[in-house]
Amino acid sequence: MKEKAVVQGFSNNTVARHRKGVIWQVLFQASTIVGILALIALLLNVINGAFGYVAYEAKVDPDTLAVDGVSLEDQSKEQLLTLIQSTFSSGAYNKLNNEKPFTDRTREEVHQLVIERIVRPQVVEVWDLWTSLTQADQIRTTVAQEYPKAELDFVSWLTTDFVTRPQTSEPLTAGVRTAILGSLWTILFTILLAFPLGVGAAIYLEEYASDNWLNRIIQTNINNLAGVPSIVYGILGLAIFVRTLEPLTSGEVFGMVDPTTANGRTVLSAGLTLGLLVLPIIIINAQEAIRAVPRSLRNASFGVGATKWQTVWSHVLPNAMPGILTGTILAVSRAIGETAPLVVVGASTAISFDPSSPFSKFTTLPIQIYQWTSRPQDEFQSLAAASILVLLVLLLSLNASAVLLRNRFSRRF
Amino acid sequence: MAELTIQKAEKKASTFNLRRRPRVGETIIQGLLFFSGIFSIFVTLGIVYELGKEALLFFQMPEVNLLDTITSTEWKPHIGKFGIWPLFNSTLMTTLTAMTIAIPLGMSVAIYLSEYASPRVRNLLKPVLEVLAGIPTIVYGYFALTFMTPLLREIFGRDTVQIYNTGSAGLVMGILILPLISSMTEDALSAVPRSLREAAYGMGATKLEVALQIVVPAALSGIAAAIIVGISRAIGETMIVAVAAGAGPNFTFSPFVGAETITGHIVRISGGDLSYDSIDYNSIFALGLFLFVITLTLNIISQAIVRRFREVYE
Repeated sequence: MKEKAVVQGFSNNTVARHRKGVIWQVLFQASTIVGILALIALLLNVINGAFGYVAYEAKVDPDTLAVDGVSLEDQSKEQLLTLIQSTFSSGAYNKLNNEKPFTDRTREEVHQLVIERIVRPQVVEVWDLWTSLTQADQIRTTVAQEYPKAELDFVSWLTTDFVTRPQTSEPLTAGVRTAILGSLWTILFTILLAFPLGVGAAIYLEEYASDNWLNRIIQTNINNLAGVPSIVYGILGLAIFVRTLEPLTSGEVFGMVDPTTANGRTVLSAGLTLGLLVLPIIIINAQEAIRAVPRSLRNASFGVGATKWQTVWSHVLPNAMPGILTGTILAVSRAIGETAPLVVVGASTAISFDPSSPFSKFTTLPIQIYQWTSRPQDEFQSLAAASILVLLVLLLSLNASAVLLRNRFSRRF
Repeated sequence: MAELTIQKAEKKASTFNLRRRPRVGETIIQGLLFFSGIFSIFVTLGIVYELGKEALLFFQMPEVNLLDTITSTEWKPHIGKFGIWPLFNSTLMTTLTAMTIAIPLGMSVAIYLSEYASPRVRNLLKPVLEVLAGIPTIVYGYFALTFMTPLLREIFGRDTVQIYNTGSAGLVMGILILPLISSMTEDALSAVPRSLREAAYGMGATKLEVALQIVVPAALSGIAAAIIVGISRAIGETMIVAVAAGAGPNFTFSPFVGAETITGHIVRISGGDLSYDSIDYNSIFALGLFLFVITLTLNIISQAIVRRFREVYE
């Protein structure tokens, strides 16, 4: 009798246990879906900001600037220069001439300057993609009522012009070329510092180091460095590269001081700071790649009389290279996305000329996004969204190349 | 004659010397490699030295008093008040908000991926989470400001929720930490051997019971490590709070008002052209040292947990 009750209880219990199992499984799945939804929301939010209607008014009607019936669009560089000379005060003209002599500027640059400083189209209001699609009529009536002089356009903030134009303070003519070039210059020095040191350290730890206290400390230290917040590297970079090594990073030692910078807040400092930041990541990835090369390969090489370095150089490294490069690309994509350390090192807030040497002032794509995001006006949020798209495309192609590299060259032993 | 041949042979043998020769090139290369290895130690020493030096200068300034710094709830450099609590408090608040999102979600995702999902689904979902982890934090900052904040303001009312608030920054930070926790946890769960699960199934356990009562306890050290690394990452996270949590130190426990975190403060102060040896310049080093010590301690604890409490299966 008692036994039957237990069995009964057991089977009742089974139903309850399975029900509980199903409920939890749904919860687990829901969490995963939440994670994916977050990613989708993030991407849609960026796209939402990067397209949409924009209403703008020109301070000076371009039609009034036509000379002898030639519209502004078709005027030659000389005509545009006369226009600039007649409109600007001599002080403002000289200042621009000092930044970059007018004789050196192309017609496009001069034309852009005219648009920017004389025509001055001003954004009066922007709408995001969702509103633009769902409430287009409403937007048109609002613009017609409130800004009768304004023009309304549906724009994509992300255009080829946006990628190739230099940075300006006017949202309608701003671009990210300066920032992209700044990012590339910076990354160049990051790689130059971190790749040889990182691979060297990995070879040392995997091939040469014996298991003693010093090498254990080095290994632990690398693992800990990988967890140090990026902003701390920025502070380190500020103290060491910008301040202590200023003669070196400003180019003074090489007699190449950039007159616009004249301090250590340069591309070089930024690149080296990021180099320190990604160094532990490169070391750890390279170590894994080297560890994956089988022992037998090394022994075969030693067997025919190769020295240690010959073995490493001719057998271990070639076989580990795809893995090392994949890890390096991932580290580089981390460096390209870093913002905080560069703000601390001293990224410039406004530069309109491309970096031309290691000792130029710098801005990078994430810094540009940060500056536009922190402006309260909606048009700058749209610019930020467009530059985020540029950044994400850049990172995505880097990651894709890492995956390709891994699949194409990875060997299994 | 025979003697001569032997002598010749000896002479020949002596040119074929089997003794180990010094290889200058190899030694130089080994030296360079050793330098690369030891370089990371210099980086750590550099951090400790530079941050320590400037932080010491900061505490030697007449306006600064170590006791006040630890106890005061006001950080107002212009009137010489340097209490760390307003900054530290908002760092803790954003971290706490982030972890209340990231721990349950991250662990659920990990349990789902490791125990429930078919290999096909897992191969599809893991790259998605990796993408989420690879997005630069400034993008999350943009997301917090232009999506999460308006959402919170819709839900709780525009009067309660300020444009800049720690709640929105914390929530988005939770999304950022989620993939970190889920991938570390999943690694720990996958390392639990199949035989343990089979044994539990053999005793009649359901899938959930196996997951929660067998696999999770067996992987507990790895999970704890993941959580601690997540906390350390959240404390050091900068761009989300710099963009969305607001400028200006504010000692508050409300998640709906703006309050600057330690990292946010460093970014804002150093954003302008900072002059050397000013009190602001020195204060960012003191704050940086504080951050460094906290995150380093957390990372060391996490590694120690993994070492000491790892269940080793043969």
